[in-house]
Amino acid sequence: MLKVNNIYKTFNKGTINEKRALNGVDLELNEGDFVTIIGGNGAGKSTLLNSICGVFPVDSGSIVIDGTDVTRLPEHKRAKYLGRVFQDPMMGTAADMWIEENLSLAFRRGKPRGLKWAITNKERAMYKEMLSHLGLGLENRLSSKVGLLSGGQRQALTLLMAVMQKPKLLLLDEHTAALDPKTAETVLNLSDKFIAESNLTAMMITHNMKDAITHGNKLIMMHEGRIIYSVSGEEKSSLTVDDLLKKFADISGEEFANDRALLN
Amino acid sequence: MLNFLSSMPGAVAQGIIWGIMAMGVYITFRILDVADLTVDGSMATGGATMVVCMTAGMNAGTAMLIAFAAGCLAGLLTGIFHTKFGIPAILSGILTQLILYSVNLRIMSQKANLPLSVEKYDLLLSLRDLRGAIIVGVIFVAVIIAVMYWFFGTELGHSLRATGCNQNMARANGINTDTNKIIGLVLSNGIVAISGALLAQYQGFADVNMGRGAIVIGLAAVIIGEVLLSRIFKNFALKLLAAVIGGIIYYIVITLVLKAGMNANDLKMFSALVVAVFLGIPFWKRKISEKRTAKEAASNA
Repeated sequence: MLKVNNIYKTFNKGTINEKRALNGVDLELNEGDFVTIIGGNGAGKSTLLNSICGVFPVDSGSIVIDGTDVTRLPEHKRAKYLGRVFQDPMMGTAADMWIEENLSLAFRRGKPRGLKWAITNKERAMYKEMLSHLGLGLENRLSSKVGLLSGGQRQALTLLMAVMQKPKLLLLDEHTAALDPKTAETVLNLSDKFIAESNLTAMMITHNMKDAITHGNKLIMMHEGRIIYSVSGEEKSSLTVDDLLKKFADISGEEFANDRALLN
Repeated sequence: MLNFLSSMPGAVAQGIIWGIMAMGVYITFRILDVADLTVDGSMATGGATMVVCMTAGMNAGTAMLIAFAAGCLAGLLTGIFHTKFGIPAILSGILTQLILYSVNLRIMSQKANLPLSVEKYDLLLSLRDLRGAIIVGVIFVAVIIAVMYWFFGTELGHSLRATGCNQNMARANGINTDTNKIIGLVLSNGIVAISGALLAQYQGFADVNMGRGAIVIGLAAVIIGEVLLSRIFKNFALKLLAAVIGGIIYYIVITLVLKAGMNANDLKMFSALVVAVFLGIPFWKRKISEKRTAKEAASNA
């Protein structure tokens, strides 16, 4: 479903702020794979996801989604294949627009947008039904501005928007990091539910090692722009946080440096 | 007092014409979230095109359509500067504005001012007939609001709103934000040019400087409308109407201060300061509430 071939990305090349963010990343995901990504600060986790989304072009290498080479496609054209939830709850929705308007925008992801009326009554009923599954009471607030929702509600809505048009690949970039623990759990459970229900292929960055172990069927660890460790299946589910920390120290020769990860 | 009252219809008619311009500004300033300074030029482009087309023998309807198209082209140029040259929106607008100064003079055969006599041509409106001018203005307002209401309710219109609201979200949902910005700028300047074409007919001439400071008047109209009416006008069509009403109120106030003896040459300074104050109000409100919160925190500590 996803093939990332040897991609490199350096920011601010040739300046004093030069930062090699991706240093030859290879990754292959099969349909239905759910991979969790961990790594220290500046390991290249978000850069990897953003490269796949086309937020910026990569320096070299290629990215293939479901047989289509998207390496040179601009961000809005790749959106057809991708569902995304960001770390910042403000980023995934349009705050000044209503809940139903946000949903209708997401419902047309990957489709041409013309001069047809933006929301039909049939759609409205469908949105209501979908929102009711979130269990947050949003189904009765179709014409509330999204800006009035809490961070958790916005993240749940963004998640629904990301999956309502089944994406080839769902990308979750620390999407629960800005939420309080209880809300984070709710959103994480919703993510699991959506991924299982539609057999989605998904990537999730998390700073919570326990989450990284308990969710998904694969786990990769990144360090200095490379994937330094990758594990799947039985071996992954039997891991412990200590195992991971030790693995990291063994391979990288450093202590695991992610302030938030260590606080968990 | 009598003097003041008798000048009211003129203020209302002018306010409506500038209110139409303000609806164009609303698209860029409120929906796309950019301040587009192209309008100072495209206002005059609309007026100049109108006069030249009519003196060449076209009827008013055709001339207005061409004026609209000319304004759209001006917006297109700004859009290209902004999205394809990577120039910040404000600077893109300033560049087009300057280009339009030369273009407008070319349209008017290098004359700074061209007359359009209501006696010789069949104009849609004129200050000779204020009642008629107000009626024509209201019809234009109604049609433009209807078209904008429809457009911004379509899939494309929604994607434009999303672009102005959150570009990350828009792109993540497959929206080409560059194209949408261009469409918004085109539409906005088209409407501004219609306003310019109406103004040229109303005053009976086009002037290369007729749009100078237009952005400030447009912003003033939008902001006055919002300050006075945002609590009751929630619907998009009503928000546009608020901008038009803001334009009318602006011209009534201007007429008032002129009658009160203000030097007409100080008018632009007066308008700009009023806009500056109104733009500053939300910022000051936030500052004050931050200070209050800090004080409360300090007294609780």
